Amino acid sequence: MKYLLKGGKVIDPANQIQEVRDVLVEDGRIVAVEKDIKAAGAEVIDLQGMIVAPGFIDMHVHLREPGFEYKEDIASGTRAAAVGGFTTLCCMPNTNPVIDSLTTASFVRERAKKSGVVNVFPIGALTKKQEGQELSAIADLVAAGCVALSDDGKPVMKSNVMRNGLEYAKMFDLPVLSHCEDLNLSQDGQMHEGYYSTIYGLRGIPAEAEDIIVGRDILLTRLTDSRLHICHISTEGALELVRQAKREGLSVTCEVTPHHLALSDELVGSYDADTKVNPPLRSSEHIAALIEAVNDGTIDCIATDHAPHQMESKDCEYALASSGISGLETAVAVCMDMINQGVLDLNRVISMFTLGPARILGLQKGSLSPKTVADITVIDPRAVKIVDPDHFYSKSKNNPFKGRELTGWPFLTMVGGRIIAREGQLVE
Amino acid sequence: MRLEQRKDLLGLRDMSREEIELILDTAVPMKDVMSRDIKKVPTLRGKAMVTVFYENSTRTRTSFEIAGKYLSADTVNLAVSTSSVQKGESLKDTIKTIEVMGFDLMVIRHSMSGTPHYVARNTRMRVINAGDGFNEHPTQALLDMFTIKEKKGTLEGLKVAIVGDILHSRVARSNIYGLTKFGCEVRVVGPSTLIPPGLEKLGVKTYYSLEQAVEDVDVVNVLRVQMERQQSGLFPSLDEYANLYMVSPERLQGAKEDVLILHPGPMNRGVEISSAAADSLNSVINEQVTNGVAVRMALLFLMMGGSKDEILA
Repeated sequence: MKYLLKGGKVIDPANQIQEVRDVLVEDGRIVAVEKDIKAAGAEVIDLQGMIVAPGFIDMHVHLREPGFEYKEDIASGTRAAAVGGFTTLCCMPNTNPVIDSLTTASFVRERAKKSGVVNVFPIGALTKKQEGQELSAIADLVAAGCVALSDDGKPVMKSNVMRNGLEYAKMFDLPVLSHCEDLNLSQDGQMHEGYYSTIYGLRGIPAEAEDIIVGRDILLTRLTDSRLHICHISTEGALELVRQAKREGLSVTCEVTPHHLALSDELVGSYDADTKVNPPLRSSEHIAALIEAVNDGTIDCIATDHAPHQMESKDCEYALASSGISGLETAVAVCMDMINQGVLDLNRVISMFTLGPARILGLQKGSLSPKTVADITVIDPRAVKIVDPDHFYSKSKNNPFKGRELTGWPFLTMVGGRIIAREGQLVE
Repeated sequence: MRLEQRKDLLGLRDMSREEIELILDTAVPMKDVMSRDIKKVPTLRGKAMVTVFYENSTRTRTSFEIAGKYLSADTVNLAVSTSSVQKGESLKDTIKTIEVMGFDLMVIRHSMSGTPHYVARNTRMRVINAGDGFNEHPTQALLDMFTIKEKKGTLEGLKVAIVGDILHSRVARSNIYGLTKFGCEVRVVGPSTLIPPGLEKLGVKTYYSLEQAVEDVDVVNVLRVQMERQQSGLFPSLDEYANLYMVSPERLQGAKEDVLILHPGPMNRGVEISSAAADSLNSVINEQVTNGVAVRMALLFLMMGGSKDEILA
């Protein structure tokens, strides 16, 4: 199949292209990105007014398979991704069983090939069963295709275990993705600690619960000369620590979620558990610091932390509810809306969805270079739609943006030269 | 004016001064009803209310129940610990089950903040919050305000000190929201580990010294100390707490001569309040309980019945 994507504005940070060009795709690969391409026999797709970018990569997703298929499975999660404008996902290992062995990692890869519609790379657990005690079979995980190691959701509280994990991962040149939370400090907190936790009467989680472990892990990265990636960074203090580490030349990167950029702790006053997420929605001061860090390059990439949950674990008492947001289908629109409001920069955001994660994970993706696999995300920057979780492809509907009108939505998603989603609908 | 346009009473934070005034004014004739030989009026005959308490309580639950009965509403108490929760039923299903029995109003207490708000969103019944987690206990604050107003004639300009565990106190929060709407100067005092952040944004002054906090105050509201706070390491011992914060006549010497001493109960005598203070002439602790019934009658009446003028008729 041959496609000519015509007249869209190509933004390809890897090749420093930001102008109107045509993209020719043939046999699953990119052939050319040039002006006014003529191609006989190609299906021409008019993309005037659209943004054409390398396929978006989400390096932090919970696909829930195996074990929690009632929340999501690889089939539904990758379809949500496709409609949301993503062509590549990395899935976290907190499944049942945990992805801590060759068997489970291979199972996920096989399932992804069979039932998935986008590229899926598993992330292996750093420790067995994510218990934070003994290292997983890391060489096996690498052999099975894991691209990073993480105990996401369960912070490694023992500093010696984290030290050994970073040190061991270095042999394989894998980054360790750290969910930074001092559990002794966050305890059973429900939301960000501050003015709003006081007036809503919910137990607070101080920002320092994150900062302390970010600081510890950066120091351990220096000690072991290894690679650290901070998951879902959300505080001003943590950003300052990352800035220092980067200035020092340490291999430290970080990601931010769209919801931490767009939503503040004030929203929790509805006691609607869709606002419950870990780390918690922060105060406006932290949000301002996050936006600054996106724009100045301190934050390397945007990731959703897509965390689908069945209705019963969200439609309940706030303190009993699970944390997380089913975010794959709104992430791009939330960011585009912030771009349209002049808060974020378009080129920067596209770089953070493409080149940023590709570099961290060493993936041969995230660019529109000729001869590479044709993973392409097209965005309609003017499309206006109201978020309606009832129409999600994800099995789970937990999303605090519900009912919001957002401007700028994915228009077309192409994986390996095949169109898999168009205008919010799956193409099968 | 009625409260009927308001489906629920979840907290004082979101209430207007006018709405609070209406409730306090309506409680005056209700207290009069209570003092009669025949305490029953037919106002809410044919209305049904249920109290659902997910936390232990004797006085608040009993107060709501008798308030409903004095107004001739049918009142039922759901003993939650012995019912569906033990069988794993979700709160939503429990609420639905209660609703379809035909109740008009539910009074709910829950250990988790925001649960009454969640319930209110999921039922057509009117919902009154009888205390949720650390968040609010609006009827307690209303009865505190009624008691203060009755004794002092007005709330405007009074200085009120709230003593104790502010961090975990729904009574403190509702009092702060209510009293500041009436121009009171609200001070809080307690161990620094039990003071939440951001109170200055609410116009509240924080003290660590009880003597300084009560200087020239008109009212001292003493909070109950929960034993588990000491166990979770927030202060060293009950003895030390009592040494620093037990309200006693000696400690109140800097307060106004006619200072009112309030306590939401049940009291830990010898911990947060001395017997001499609790039993002094300045103490209005027993009147608070009486007024609690009147205020709850007013609320039930305004939410299920009619206007203030009707009760006077």
